[in-house]
Amino acid sequence: MSAVIEQHHDDHHHGPAKGLMRWVFTTNHKDIGTLYLWFSFAMFLLGGSFALVIRAELFQPGLQIVQPEFFNQMTTMHGLIMVFGAVMPAFVGLANWLVPMMIGAPDMALPRMNNYSFWILPFAFTMLASTLFMEGGAPNFGWTFYAPLSTEFGPPSTTFFIFAVHLMGISSIMGSINVVVTILNLRAPGMTLMKMPLFVWTWLITAYLLIAVMPVLAGVVTMMLMDIHFGTAFFNAGGGGDPVLFQHVFWFFGHPEVYIMILPAFGVVSAIIPTFARKRLFGYASMVYATASIAFLSFIVWAHHMFTVGMPLAGELYFMYATMLIAVPTGVKVFNWVATMWQGSMTFETPMLFAIAFVVLFTIGGLSGLMLAIAPADFQYHDTYFVVAHFHYVLVPGSVFSIMAAVYYWIPKWTGNMYDEKLGKVHFWLSFVGINVLFFPQHFIGLAGMPRRVPDYALQFADYNMISTAGAFLFGFSQLLFMFIVVKCVFGGKKATAQVWEGAHGLEWTIPSPAPYHTFTTPPKVDMSEAHG
Amino acid sequence: MSNHNSQQATTTTAIKLVAVVVGMFGFGFALVPLYDLICDVTGLNGKTGEQYTQASEQVVDEARVVKIQFLANNNAGMSWEFRPVVRTMEVRPGELNETNFFVSNPSKNAITAQAVPSVTPFRAAQYLHKTECFCFERQELQAGESMDMPLRFIIDASLPIEVTTLTLSYTIFDITDQLAAN
Repeated sequence: MSAVIEQHHDDHHHGPAKGLMRWVFTTNHKDIGTLYLWFSFAMFLLGGSFALVIRAELFQPGLQIVQPEFFNQMTTMHGLIMVFGAVMPAFVGLANWLVPMMIGAPDMALPRMNNYSFWILPFAFTMLASTLFMEGGAPNFGWTFYAPLSTEFGPPSTTFFIFAVHLMGISSIMGSINVVVTILNLRAPGMTLMKMPLFVWTWLITAYLLIAVMPVLAGVVTMMLMDIHFGTAFFNAGGGGDPVLFQHVFWFFGHPEVYIMILPAFGVVSAIIPTFARKRLFGYASMVYATASIAFLSFIVWAHHMFTVGMPLAGELYFMYATMLIAVPTGVKVFNWVATMWQGSMTFETPMLFAIAFVVLFTIGGLSGLMLAIAPADFQYHDTYFVVAHFHYVLVPGSVFSIMAAVYYWIPKWTGNMYDEKLGKVHFWLSFVGINVLFFPQHFIGLAGMPRRVPDYALQFADYNMISTAGAFLFGFSQLLFMFIVVKCVFGGKKATAQVWEGAHGLEWTIPSPAPYHTFTTPPKVDMSEAHG
Repeated sequence: MSNHNSQQATTTTAIKLVAVVVGMFGFGFALVPLYDLICDVTGLNGKTGEQYTQASEQVVDEARVVKIQFLANNNAGMSWEFRPVVRTMEVRPGELNETNFFVSNPSKNAITAQAVPSVTPFRAAQYLHKTECFCFERQELQAGESMDMPLRFIIDASLPIEVTTLTLSYTIFDITDQLAAN
């Protein structure tokens, strides 16, 4: 709202305020996007360092580096920080930077709330990370915090964990409301819904998912809080509650949550592939409908995470088939990306390399998901490293690669400078090799029966674990190169043109690079032929 | 697009979305009774119902014998000795049966306990009617005290023919601290 009002005060037009307070008080969508992205990168390194502790311990069988108690804290904190601190804020950062520029809006619709929703996060994660230094240690029950394990046997710091989750939830909900309100109300004249770039569409749907399920997460942690401190028994069978209830409520949130982390990635890839294939996106409308179908299906498949709790046969069958149904819209998407590349005049700049790797590796992760969906087979795979390999394939070379692709693709627009293409390619290949060496062997040890969340393992798993750890360190340290490339690009490099990429289409490429502090203060006229790039 | 109109539209959309957020927070809590209701109606999860009052005398199916096995488990940290007096019974559907579970409190403190039942196969749960069960109320034992706790049940005559064996399992929980906290 204030952005709209600002039009009347010319003195606000000249650019950002100076000094640190610019970042604290900013209501500018570009500043907030930048804050989100840097915050997310910091969390990515923190969560990544926890992952390296895990992999270092698993380098050899036996206990070498950490004790099981601390190992469990590492797996828990790694999961929580990566999901809520790295992946989700990175996508919110991208949404902040890109959604207003893509739809021709001057800013987000609720700029002050935008500021709040970012600045809650550092407090939430400071609280979460501080549990590592508390008596009894950090939460140690896995990122899924199953009750009554977490409520009755968790450390005292569980309460701080609960408050941290509340804060993250509030932040996500405010961010999502902002995205929906912006997209529905601030589109430039002529920018109809079916002309929006796919990144905007995927974010609109993601925001609805967030608004629907983050309150359920808040509800379930509130129930935990009441079980711990106020003598209720939601999840305690002795008091009339039910532990399986926890899993139902948690996964009712949890399954849409995993699509929250992948749908914006679909949008990013759908922007990048057409640019470097120099063709329009194949099947735009089917992409929109596929995204919406995936979002709908995400609400009715949650119990495939809990096939082994003792569901009746009918339940197992229903959740099995419903889950497999998701492969249909996802397959439509993969088909469309491949068809977009078909007979295109392709070039392979860094964003395109990450986008193609996304399509290939995400599909591998999707297929192992289909294997897990087979209820009778799941009894073998459940809680093994096969599951770990599956969700890391969809989250790391899936979500994380798409975020990196997005950064390389739009950073010339953000900074006005081209990044170092040669270093970008080196970063890509190191990451690509590292990630496959890291996660591919985990499929094999999982099928052979190695359970997840264990600090020690049987000798027959030693070789693959050693390979996996080597890949983890390669991937982990390659990300320092990523940081170097980004910093180098911020401070200099070849000047970028407004269009940046020869094949790029869309409103964000019509404004100069770097994007001025205020853009589209008067809405642009959207050319009918300009639709969705 | 005038500023006034777009501001109003923004506020309207935001308010609607906040209402969805509040609604979904409530829905999270509504899942709790909903879950219990679904378990009660369908017998999923092996939950047996509340105290059964016979509407009419059931016809005893003399031709059929169903085996029922009793299990007693202690939840972590529960110090009582807890076991069924007989481990298996062979009963006829429709007939009223009685058995006992033995408990004793070997600790030096008074302890209040709650037993939680579960039946397998799950689909048989709704055919097991309990006219009296120690699990309907809390049980309290003083230090060193012991007792036999009664269970009276009827296997419904309409129990599916393929079910020949039922397992009724009880887990006993120490709820002394929980009660004190309330």
